[in-house]
Amino acid sequence: MADYKALEDLVTQVRRDILRQVHKVNSGHPGGSLGCTEFFVALYNEIMERNEKFTMDGKGEDIFFLSNGHISPLFYSVLARAGYFPIEELNTFRLLNSRLQGHPTTHEGLPGIRIASGSLGQGISVSIGAAQAKKLNKDNHLIYTLCGDGELQEGQNWEAIMYAAGNNIDNLIVTVDLNGQQIDGSTENVLPMGNVKAKFEAFGWDVMDIEKGNDLKAIISGMAKAKEKTGKGKPVCVLLHTIMGNGVDFMMHTHDWHGKAPNDEQLENALSQNLVTLGDY
Amino acid sequence: MKKYTDKGKKDTRSGFGDGLTELGKKNKNVVALCADLTGSLKMDDFKKNHPERFFQVGIAEANMIGMAAGMTIGGKIPFTGTFANFSTGRVYDQIRQSIAYSGKNVKICASHAGITLGEDGATHQILEDIGLMKMLPGMTVINTCDYSQTKAATIAIADYEGPVYLRFGRPKVANFTSEDQKFQIGKAVHLQEGTDVTIVATGHLVWEALQAAETLNEKGITAEVINIHTIKPLDDEAILNSVKKTGCIVTAEEHNFLGGLGESVARVLSTQHPAPQEFVATQDTFGESGTPEQLMDKYGLNAAAIVNAVHKVIARK
Repeated sequence: MADYKALEDLVTQVRRDILRQVHKVNSGHPGGSLGCTEFFVALYNEIMERNEKFTMDGKGEDIFFLSNGHISPLFYSVLARAGYFPIEELNTFRLLNSRLQGHPTTHEGLPGIRIASGSLGQGISVSIGAAQAKKLNKDNHLIYTLCGDGELQEGQNWEAIMYAAGNNIDNLIVTVDLNGQQIDGSTENVLPMGNVKAKFEAFGWDVMDIEKGNDLKAIISGMAKAKEKTGKGKPVCVLLHTIMGNGVDFMMHTHDWHGKAPNDEQLENALSQNLVTLGDY
Repeated sequence: MKKYTDKGKKDTRSGFGDGLTELGKKNKNVVALCADLTGSLKMDDFKKNHPERFFQVGIAEANMIGMAAGMTIGGKIPFTGTFANFSTGRVYDQIRQSIAYSGKNVKICASHAGITLGEDGATHQILEDIGLMKMLPGMTVINTCDYSQTKAATIAIADYEGPVYLRFGRPKVANFTSEDQKFQIGKAVHLQEGTDVTIVATGHLVWEALQAAETLNEKGITAEVINIHTIKPLDDEAILNSVKKTGCIVTAEEHNFLGGLGESVARVLSTQHPAPQEFVATQDTFGESGTPEQLMDKYGLNAAAIVNAVHKVIARK
């Protein structure tokens, strides 16, 4: 049984980390980061089987790939607080000579990162490759991937989605952050995507929803169900219904905070809604 | 003057296929991915002998490149196979982010490069790929000259850790390098000694350079012929040492003069030892349909074009 109090505390602290990182450099992407905070906290602390020490090949453990790399402040905070690198390093987010680049990269050797991402639409393909390698290595651990919903507008995704179903990549769980927002507005207004669930199903995936994508219990039980679906010949897709900007009232339900940092006053307001739990970096 | 004999015309892509077959036997980590061109890339043997390590991705090159990057994370050494056009221009961003910037050990193997794929025309020919690939930080760029060298290069790049672009072609061309050669990435191969002019060539133009050197020799001009199979990293020293002796250079490649071997050589010379240079290359143009021989003639990519360039460059000394 998960310690929900500890996980909730971590969620609150990660939100503070996200807000403080982007505020300091007046750049970065808080909206999507806040929307997926509960998912990341659950993934790294309850769902994935992880080795303590980071190795690039990830043999004998589950592997996660972030396709929508712009939610890097969330990724960095969760990795640091899971012990991959010193929490103080969050102070260097987006600064010159930092390992914490604007978008995640292997180029600077940051533990926990296995591929560069930022240019959208490439994560599912990479994940399929890693999943195939796991099968060749007779390693029965899983590959987890997160991508954005707007990101599905990139054509490469559909090449990958077709391949995964056609080749029974059943050690892969792709989660789509279904927040309905992208830079220029709602996904409905920018480029209507129709029924994402029906699309994945038509391609041959086993698809399920997590309707409460910002609720730790719903995420943990939902992802446990997703895990049960693996190993049965089909790739698994989880549609995670989230609220962009979750946890900060004035950032919620809008695309306005996709790539904008809060000013001093806004930061104070946002942090007052998320009081220190585990200690700031 | 050294004599080189064509041991029987063979395509460089078959060198790739046979090299891959050999790798399949000796290196269990080698995997191959192909985008619906298994026969054209001569990957059938690998597919037959190692079906579990062969991945047919369909007509979906972007996904192939991403998958290859992912496979390295499990310790595999992926060789991707499709035409040069679809190996580079079509998937440039995927190569840039998921392979080059991510530092992944993927071998991008590109057949039907240049203009000599012939009748299919400009949509399938590519004369820009060397430039595209050499501009990517950390990318090694190799363009082999014949069957035997392509086979040796294919085997050699598996032992090198890092991204590689291996460029070869479709037509049957002279096979003149030794069967048991040791391929050293980044090491130029001296084919002829000479004092009047240096000719550095890559890919299919290497054989043409040798033919040109014979013609020139009959006219009393001795040409130093160097096979630059690795365009990046370039063997600066070999080029400089030769030009210091001859005082001028002709570069020859089946590629646009913008972005190719010639420009790399010009950079080395202009910064370290300025000397007259002539470019045998296409002149910022697309190709067209025709037989390989017709196209090489029309676009000035053969021994005759090299001879003309040599006369021009010697006059500028």
